[in-house]
Amino acid sequence: MRVLVVEDDAKAAGYLANALKESGHNPELAADGESGLERARSGTYDVLIVDRMLPARDGLSLIETLRQDGVRTPVLILSALGAVDDRVRGLRAGGDDYLAKPYAFTELLARIEALARRSAPEKASTRYIVGDLVLDRLAHQVTRAGEPIPLQPREYRLLEYLVKNAGQVVTRTMLLEHVWDYHFDPQTNVIDVHISRLRAKIDKNFDRPLLHTVRGAGYMIRDGAD
Amino acid sequence: MELIRLLRTTAFRLFLIYFALFAITAGLAVAYIYWQTNALLGLQLETAIRAELQSLDEQYRAGGLDQLRRTIAERSETPGNSLYLLTDAEGHRLAGTLKAVSSDLWNSSGSVIFVYRRPAPGGTEERLAYAVAFRLKDSSRLIVGRDIEDRREFGRVVRSAFLWSLAAMTLIGIGGGLLIGRSLLRRIEAVTETSRQIMSGDLSRRIPVGSSGDEFDRLASSLNAMLQRIGELVDGFKEVSDNIAHDLKTPLTRLRNRIETALRDTPGQDAYREALQASIEEADDIIKTFDALLSIARLEAAAPGGARGELDLNAIVSGVCDLYEPVAEERGLKLSCTPAPAARIRGEPQLIAQAVANLLDNAIKYGGRPGQDRFAEPGIFVSVALNGENAQITVADHGPGIPEPDRERVLKRFVRLEASRSRPGSGLGLSLAAAVARIHGGNVTLLDNEPGVKAVLTLRRDGAAPAARAS
Repeated sequence: MRVLVVEDDAKAAGYLANALKESGHNPELAADGESGLERARSGTYDVLIVDRMLPARDGLSLIETLRQDGVRTPVLILSALGAVDDRVRGLRAGGDDYLAKPYAFTELLARIEALARRSAPEKASTRYIVGDLVLDRLAHQVTRAGEPIPLQPREYRLLEYLVKNAGQVVTRTMLLEHVWDYHFDPQTNVIDVHISRLRAKIDKNFDRPLLHTVRGAGYMIRDGAD
Repeated sequence: MELIRLLRTTAFRLFLIYFALFAITAGLAVAYIYWQTNALLGLQLETAIRAELQSLDEQYRAGGLDQLRRTIAERSETPGNSLYLLTDAEGHRLAGTLKAVSSDLWNSSGSVIFVYRRPAPGGTEERLAYAVAFRLKDSSRLIVGRDIEDRREFGRVVRSAFLWSLAAMTLIGIGGGLLIGRSLLRRIEAVTETSRQIMSGDLSRRIPVGSSGDEFDRLASSLNAMLQRIGELVDGFKEVSDNIAHDLKTPLTRLRNRIETALRDTPGQDAYREALQASIEEADDIIKTFDALLSIARLEAAAPGGARGELDLNAIVSGVCDLYEPVAEERGLKLSCTPAPAARIRGEPQLIAQAVANLLDNAIKYGGRPGQDRFAEPGIFVSVALNGENAQITVADHGPGIPEPDRERVLKRFVRLEASRSRPGSGLGLSLAAAVARIHGGNVTLLDNEPGVKAVLTLRRDGAAPAARAS
């Protein structure tokens, strides 16, 4: 995955580039808003990571200009400003996701992967299949090995988000944002309890677990051994 | 210097304008009265002289020039204001008080005003007179007049009285104007002086408020209220920096020590990995605390009100209940949420959800009773109610509760009661909920649920319109 990182702090950009390389991605760096804009216009990238406060051109203006020019590459905004209204402003400017600094690298990675996937032409799937688990979006029904699994609406939406991102790490914050639409951090790890309830329903009576915990990052649903 | 400052005050300038208007009005009134009086006196004089001429003419007709001369000589003896002069056809004086008059006077017809001389102590004096000349049948001539010097004197007196009183008025007025100016200046100076002291850093200063309740007192009170609010904000920021110093440096120290310890005594990849993992967790906690502090500080600095969208409070509360329900169940607490029949209000949905989540989080953490049977106790009740202008969200538990004296205190940043210190938490949840309530024009109150805590989050239904803030 080709990733353009527009970040003026050389150290932070260096760490990020290294970590992206280690995860098998192909990062490029731009140190200010103007050069970031130029490269984002000319190059073909799967995801842009843009810091909000940049020299030469501010991050939001970069994104706005890019969108006006018709460049649709998904953008993850990084910002030291974490408040709700800053987030809203970033998304309104044309950003696709927002991550407050300081962030965990696993969180960033999970998010850019989700962004890249979202922008890929989606197979208009009405059914998601992971191993022997089937989620039928039309019938609003979940079966495993042919047996129907009754789920509460919230559990269904949780599972839906997980299977949509099957094979990818999904963080707790991503779940909070997409399943509950909350942009704050609940003090207790409420998500873990929801996951363990869901796990009890879909994995408990089967030999092969599908819902895995990724240590220090989040969760992943996939067919295969740990 | 002081005088120049006084002369430049608004009070003094206003006084000058009023004074000019008053002086012009008074001058006009005095002039009018003077003119009217003069006209009336003139008319009376004219009538009296005409009447006397009439009677003298009758004497002349009855007894000829001789009798007229005698009558005039007689009348001239009696002292008074009357003036007479009788001459024969050749112009020789026959009788009268006047010695001679100019020929102009003889030739004029009707009345004239002229100056005559009369003996006075130490010589003669010139006096003003008013007279009518009259030609008799035998070409002898008669002048009858009145001394009007007194009238001229009256005019002079009125003029000088007016000028003197004008001068006195000016003096008293300027003096009064300066006094008023100075007293106003002094009160303004008090404000200026206080604001200078505040600018130089002493935020505790307040403008002295008098007891009269006049506009200056009202101004001073509202300025003081403003200073109070600014002071609170500054204190808030100070508190935040103190908090940062204490509650962030402590975990930072812990973090540093952990890394140092790992470097010093436990070589080996696994040990390092473990230490690093723990360090990341510690760092995450610090970040969380820092974020919460910043959010609270931002909320506390924000003004209540502002444009807010409409939202369904029932939906927000049931969303939060849904999020926390499994956690409550895991702790053996039954969570029940009761919506209001309708609960559309104006507000910031994310903030309200966060505030409710924090209250619920507290109820779940501290509202259980260790050692009791699971589900044996009533659990946690969340309810929404509309109450006049306010919407109230109540989170009630049946745990050990909070002692009365601590209820106000726990709303402050980082205040954690002894009993809860051993459990995870930052001590910022309630502060954040209180800050969210404040910008929605409401508050958070903690009541006794007998037993347990009943936390009430009150929000204004209109999202705190600016007009409602003044109270």
